[in-house]
Amino acid sequence: MQSKPLVLKILDVVSIILLSISTYLALIYAPTELVMGNVQRVFYFHIGTAWTALLGFILAALFSVAYLITKDMKWDRLQVAAIEVSLVFFLITIVLGSIWARPAWNTWWTWDPRLTTAAVTELIYVAYFMLRQGIDEPEKRARFGAVYALVGGLSAPITFFAIRLFRTIHPVVIGGTNPAADGGFSMTPRMLTAFFFALFTFTIIFVDLFWNRIRLGDLQEKVEQLKLKVTM
Amino acid sequence: MFFQDTTPDTSGYMIAGFAIAFILMALYVASIYLRNRNLQQDMTLLEEMDKPAQPIEIPQPKKGPAKSTNNNKSAKPVTKKSRQ
Repeated sequence: MQSKPLVLKILDVVSIILLSISTYLALIYAPTELVMGNVQRVFYFHIGTAWTALLGFILAALFSVAYLITKDMKWDRLQVAAIEVSLVFFLITIVLGSIWARPAWNTWWTWDPRLTTAAVTELIYVAYFMLRQGIDEPEKRARFGAVYALVGGLSAPITFFAIRLFRTIHPVVIGGTNPAADGGFSMTPRMLTAFFFALFTFTIIFVDLFWNRIRLGDLQEKVEQLKLKVTM
Repeated sequence: MFFQDTTPDTSGYMIAGFAIAFILMALYVASIYLRNRNLQQDMTLLEEMDKPAQPIEIPQPKKGPAKSTNNNKSAKPVTKKSRQ
């Protein structure tokens, strides 16, 4: 087994440092929002994880196209890695949104277009792993997975644009003019700093986890090949 | 919430939110670490199995009474008489 590359080790450490700084900015540096109080602070992590998760799902769809054209298993491993990390990040997004909604909307969950599309997206990718588990043949698994991830990738832009296309109570904080939205707020310069820093931090964390997950996929592949060699 | 005079205390929700976010991220990192460790153990084991078999060295018989290597204590000790 190859040891971890130095760049990845540095990225691991940088991710932890950035997460600590981002937490500080969200909890202490950014001012308290007057209407919602401290719960608004989860917004920074909510948006950070949502942005990277949706980006990851779209990346996975692009890797699917690459796999279907080249039939190279490398693209399959990249696709699995992107979807797995995005799934975790999107789960965090949904949980944080639900926690924010309880005091803001007086409910943990409502079947609003944004929340519904987000839940559907999460479930689509949970089903993706169930599909892969059910297929033994690696080539067939990769092909089915690629087609599924390509179609599933459509859910990411739909989720993103749901609050801009449909009448929804979910606030559009950046460039939002939706009169039906409930819980929106204007950001002060300090809030903007915390917001953009969180976006940057979660992008770096995503890259770090993605890279680690790719290495895990490569190792998995080597073990599978060695198993076949030993048993034959 | 939006027709109030004072800022509500929603710190409990904030703490819960951050705690869950950190726990989920930590669980995922731990899962990557554990899967990696297990695969490396499998890899080492499979590499051992994959190595070409080494010729077995047969130890030379020593003079004098041989020590019994039989772990079964209930079995009778092997003597010259019993061999005959």
